[in-house]
Amino acid sequence: MKTEHPERGRLQTAPALAAGASAIERRRFLTTLTGAGTVLASSRSLAWEAGEPLPVPDSMRVLGKPVAADAYGHPSPHESNVVRRQSPGLTRTNESSIAFAPLQSLFGIITPNGLHFERDHAGRADVDPATHQLAIHGLVANPKRYTLDALLRMPSVSRIHFIECGANTGMEWGNVAVPTVQFTHGMLSCAEYTGVLLSTLLDEVGVDRKRARFILAEGADGAALTRTIPLEMALDDVLVVYGQNGEMLRPENGYPLRLLVPGVQGVSSVKWLRRIEVGDQPWHTREETLHYSDLMPDGTSRQFTWIQEAKSVITSPSGAMKLFDKGGYYEITGLAWSGRGRIKRVDVSTDGGRQWHTARLQEPVLSKALTRFRHDWVWNGEPALLQSRCIDETGYVQPTIRMLREVRGTRSIYHNNAIQTWQVLASGEIRNVQL
Amino acid sequence: MSSSEMARPQAPNKKSLALVTALCCFTACLSMAVKAAPWSSLGGPLTAREISSWDIDVRPDGVGLPVGKGSVSDGQMLYETHCANCHGVFGESNEYIALTGGIGTLAGDAPQRTVASKLDYATTLWDYINRAMPFTHSKQLSVDEVYAVTAYVLNLAEVLPMDAVLDEKTLPQVEMPNRKGFTQDHGFMRVDGKPDTQANACMRDCLDMVEVSSTLPEGFTQEMYGDIRTHFRALGKHTDLEPSAASEPAAISAGNGATLAANHGCLVCHAVDTAKVGPAFSAVAARYRDEPAAAAILKAKVRQGGSGVWGSAMMPPQSGPDDEALTTMVAWILEGAAAP
Repeated sequence: MKTEHPERGRLQTAPALAAGASAIERRRFLTTLTGAGTVLASSRSLAWEAGEPLPVPDSMRVLGKPVAADAYGHPSPHESNVVRRQSPGLTRTNESSIAFAPLQSLFGIITPNGLHFERDHAGRADVDPATHQLAIHGLVANPKRYTLDALLRMPSVSRIHFIECGANTGMEWGNVAVPTVQFTHGMLSCAEYTGVLLSTLLDEVGVDRKRARFILAEGADGAALTRTIPLEMALDDVLVVYGQNGEMLRPENGYPLRLLVPGVQGVSSVKWLRRIEVGDQPWHTREETLHYSDLMPDGTSRQFTWIQEAKSVITSPSGAMKLFDKGGYYEITGLAWSGRGRIKRVDVSTDGGRQWHTARLQEPVLSKALTRFRHDWVWNGEPALLQSRCIDETGYVQPTIRMLREVRGTRSIYHNNAIQTWQVLASGEIRNVQL
Repeated sequence: MSSSEMARPQAPNKKSLALVTALCCFTACLSMAVKAAPWSSLGGPLTAREISSWDIDVRPDGVGLPVGKGSVSDGQMLYETHCANCHGVFGESNEYIALTGGIGTLAGDAPQRTVASKLDYATTLWDYINRAMPFTHSKQLSVDEVYAVTAYVLNLAEVLPMDAVLDEKTLPQVEMPNRKGFTQDHGFMRVDGKPDTQANACMRDCLDMVEVSSTLPEGFTQEMYGDIRTHFRALGKHTDLEPSAASEPAAISAGNGATLAANHGCLVCHAVDTAKVGPAFSAVAARYRDEPAAAAILKAKVRQGGSGVWGSAMMPPQSGPDDEALTTMVAWILEGAAAP
């Protein structure tokens, strides 16, 4: 039964749908569908032979659901695999933990709000916007406080930026540790953020530009998380954010107010922001001494490693996916980003870095935002090693893991921006490997 | 903590204020055009007294430390009540974060990042205990108690002697073992900083040989993640997962005991089938199986806290869950703490 419909080939590989599937398998499969309350059986069974008239789906024969049947709206129930996940064994509690974004299933550059990665240090805080205030004080002429009402009336800007945890890919310094791009690179998201430029607020309080060198940002969570941020960044493009992708921030991303420090490791973008103090020295908080500092082979730690250097990764095809179509077309696609500005170029290799091909960049290509790249590939059925390598507008070229280890060893946890390799086996299975 | 306890020497400097005011007037007079932004009325003023209740941060030079004191011996009881559950009696437990040990290991193959081995300033320890500890009920120690616990931890870390007393003047003088262990000589502090690798963008015949040096062990993915195919959308030719599995996410009821236990942080110290800091819920259920008043006893224990029944670890009093939630959770535990 040869068919010209490419989907058909894939669907036939599912055991319950195969022509030879037993009646029991078939019944169990249909029961699953019915149990989920979804009327799909007849349309999904593809009981149709090539050359016969195309079947008319049930959805065309019945009245659909009323508008706003789901007042806020959810993804299709068929998308239930596309969720944030914790990495088994990574953290000791679910409150000081991280949920990774499913990069393998996302399109374009914007992370849906329900899938934005989540890192909490003392659990997700639930903050009442009616009582929440932001205090700005320290080396300023006029300390001020802002309610949400006041901030929503201030002049606003919307900017698209990535947030990447400094520890993203940190599990893989010494060796391969996780199977999918969700866990190798999923402490990464990108959204359109709306809020007030911090420089506008610092002008309002009259920051003492002679003495001020740093600000401290503090969250209203159980950890009252604090981070030192240099004043030059604070006066440049740092935002006090309330909006994310057109709606208010989600609780897990800092509702109702967070800081956004573009291009800087995510922990600086303090969630549930309640206080900004202006000072003349860094604070050496726990999250810039015990953690979030990069241990070098000589035992010293690099401190205040703020910038996220240029990095890229192929998100599809990627680890634990499987290719079925020998000789078939596959679009290699992924993400590139740099904390130092725009992505200038992305190259793709299918042979482990011997030959490289320049990928297409999808507009818009924005500073300190994710950039989507694509490359056409016909898999010849042979083993392959897929890699991407980005270059940012400073001319910096994404390094290999070997180059990084030569300088930094394998114990630094943070800022692993190495080229990622996915190995395609002759069977079509794809594995996370290092060269 | 009262606001007076938290008061700190950071009131606006009158001299600089006057200077700023004078400069503003001067500039305004010169240009005749400088005036407040039209949105300037939106922010409310803040007085020093108002700020003092929120301003809890502490710097290495001691700026921000409130007046107070505490000794190593004062700290011992507090530590054993509030901290030892997670950090171990000697601060040695790596279950969460080890406080002690590891000094001199940072340059080796198995570096231990502990309070003792990693911090550059003792003020950071005070600041973190004050703002974030104990993990499940932070900001409930008094200023003197924070000094005392800090002193005790630094004694366990072999940084301070048994008879040490810490206050706002002595704490900044404590010399941590890793005081000189940090460097800011790197390219990550500035957007135009110098990177530490200089790769080139070779395009043709870049390598002679390519060899895979690291993969996951056989069976690892299945063991750790189960059926990894369920991590993918079942469309698009990248998985042989049954394509139409239209499943709703597992329904979680707000009144469900398992969910309540997770949401109230019970699972930080307890698990269903294994003893962690506290006993397994299944063991609790077994112990109280024949006790008619089990529910009332357990509710009281949760509310009041205590130790001794299951070992020396202290369960802190829990005021978080309301009575209805507590009743639901206790019933769920006594029924065997089934998964949701």
